[in-house]
Amino acid sequence: MKSVAEILKEIRPEFDFTTSEDFITDGMLDSYDMVMLVATLDKTYGISIGGVEIVPENFMNLKAIETLLGKYGVRP
Amino acid sequence: MNFTFRRKRISGILAIVPANERTFIEEMKNFNFPESRSLKLKEVMGYDKHRVVEPGVCVSDLAVFGLEHLFKQGLLRPDEIDALILITQSPDYFMPPTSNVIQGRLNLKQDMLCLCINQGCAGFLIGLIQAFSLLEQESIRKVVVVNADVLSRKTSSKDRNSYPLIGDGASITVVESDPEDSVIHANLKMDGTRNDALIIPAGGFRLPSGPETAVLEDVGDNNLRAKDHLRMDGTAVFNFVQTEVPPLIESLLTFAGVSINAVDYFLCHQANRFMLQKLADKLKVPHAKMPSNIVEHFGNSSGATIPITIAFNLSTQLKNHDFQVCLSGYGVGLTWASMLMRLGRLTFCELVDYP
Repeated sequence: MKSVAEILKEIRPEFDFTTSEDFITDGMLDSYDMVMLVATLDKTYGISIGGVEIVPENFMNLKAIETLLGKYGVRP
Repeated sequence: MNFTFRRKRISGILAIVPANERTFIEEMKNFNFPESRSLKLKEVMGYDKHRVVEPGVCVSDLAVFGLEHLFKQGLLRPDEIDALILITQSPDYFMPPTSNVIQGRLNLKQDMLCLCINQGCAGFLIGLIQAFSLLEQESIRKVVVVNADVLSRKTSSKDRNSYPLIGDGASITVVESDPEDSVIHANLKMDGTRNDALIIPAGGFRLPSGPETAVLEDVGDNNLRAKDHLRMDGTAVFNFVQTEVPPLIESLLTFAGVSINAVDYFLCHQANRFMLQKLADKLKVPHAKMPSNIVEHFGNSSGATIPITIAFNLSTQLKNHDFQVCLSGYGVGLTWASMLMRLGRLTFCELVDYP
């Protein structure tokens, strides 16, 4: 199964997501990227991330995304 | 705020969409954005085709076309219309009211009420609430609710956040008293402190349009937009809908004493497919009960998307059957509303192209 970093790389191949602590401030993810990321995470892990969880704080770095996935029982 | 209406019903719905169809694939080149990312966005958001008016076409053109269609088909008589409510954010003029313009163009009787309401994505429900209230008057037996917008004319074609999903369209809904002892429940909320989440900044009296308001500006994410154009804070609107709408619908069902499983269809404003699927998941409603296919076929035409959803998906069934439906609209204002009713056995339920 793909890792979160691999999924991010598919969405924005031009960035290295393992080195940033704030994807949003660093201009690596915009709001539409977040939508695409959520759709991909839902499909990959068989979950449905709640709409109210789709806020920048939950997608600002790998740790935040993995914490969010943990709420849905996913340990990527 | 809760509402209860007794012995009222929708008796017919006509949806009107411009014949002019554009595709996302054709328009991708207008966006300063990599093609591969646009294609991913197309899949997730449901961007595909949308209908937009030709230059110069106004709201009254769509409304007059639809009403003349009903008159010609013998589905509505001009002299039956005791009130005409137009809900739009893109009127023909600041003054006179576009509802009066429609009345004049159709030579309708003088003994009637024409009313314009400035509302958007919740406008179908706001119009119905107004229509049901008017039907309490003995002099008003039939109300025509027109939802119409041509907001593509106020949207930047270089704004990937808005243009691909915007559609133009109209609907004509006939509302009258119900001989059966039916009950309709509704609720709504408004929050004007968030009025700038969806806004056209220029063109009113606060900031009149001029050469400077027509200048395209880079507003981030490689999108170009002028102050004369529609501005949508997509993240704020998305979070507003996901936070506010599920509890509103749950509260309505509690108020009406109806379980969520007893609702046959959730007919919601069509903002985009992703938003609707997240809404359905939050409410634990099967996606098949909440159609989300209007943006991909026609675009988001504001308040008309709910009647367009009905006409596009359920026209055949609604002529002979009736269903327990929950309507919900949410958007500009901010405004969010929901309504529970039995809908069906309609005199007409049809979608037509303009012209």
